[in-house]
Amino acid sequence: MSDKFVYVTYIKTTPEKLWDALTKPEFTKQYWFGVTLECDWKAGSPWKMMYDDGRVTDQGEIVEADKPKRIVIKWRNEFMPELKEEGWSRCEMALEPVNDTVKLTITHTIDKIGSKFIQAVSGGWPRILSSLKTMLETGAPLPSTK
Amino acid sequence: MDAVFKALADESRRHLLDRLHHKNAQTLGELCEGLSMSRQAVTKHLGILEGAGVVVTKRQGREKLHFINPVPINEIAERWIGKFERARLAALSDLKRKLEREDK
Repeated sequence: MSDKFVYVTYIKTTPEKLWDALTKPEFTKQYWFGVTLECDWKAGSPWKMMYDDGRVTDQGEIVEADKPKRIVIKWRNEFMPELKEEGWSRCEMALEPVNDTVKLTITHTIDKIGSKFIQAVSGGWPRILSSLKTMLETGAPLPSTK
Repeated sequence: MDAVFKALADESRRHLLDRLHHKNAQTLGELCEGLSMSRQAVTKHLGILEGAGVVVTKRQGREKLHFINPVPINEIAERWIGKFERARLAALSDLKRKLEREDK
């Protein structure tokens, strides 16, 4: 049994631009609560999420990377003990062209029922995705997620 | 955005969303349990919710699971509520700046 959520948003952009927005620090800093992702986006590579001051919030490993279609990340929180002790989660990002938009599907799963980690990230993702969509469609992210 | 408002403008559909909010990833059968609505009516309502993007479905083995997707609803919140939050955040950072200046 597992806890899981599936979030979907349609963004007027190209899969390549969306891929860059999801993987490059100059973009993530703008719409993802100011975080930087440190990773070379190859299967087996380490993955790290941190604030500008170097604090690591989450870390893990790239399970799959198929540019510009799919990223699977083995993901664990690092700074809250009760989330860290729940262990590894799996986050899949799928990018799929639909007419003149790209459908972005985020699926985040953990092998646990009543997961505090899933509860925590499920609250953050809608704001991140709305801001990402606004940034790609208008050129500026939503101010509340900078 | 019209589709989201239409989808939310019905008590039965909001009730289905509440059920998914309470427990995510349910089959049609689970969602029908304890409801006075027919299975057919639930299917129709879920279709409208899915069309508006506030519910997404995923196949898992032989089952089709329904998930609540809050992203379109969040966009509505950001459009009308976000700017009030911005003012609050700006006020807080002004206050912080002022207090820090007084420290010096």
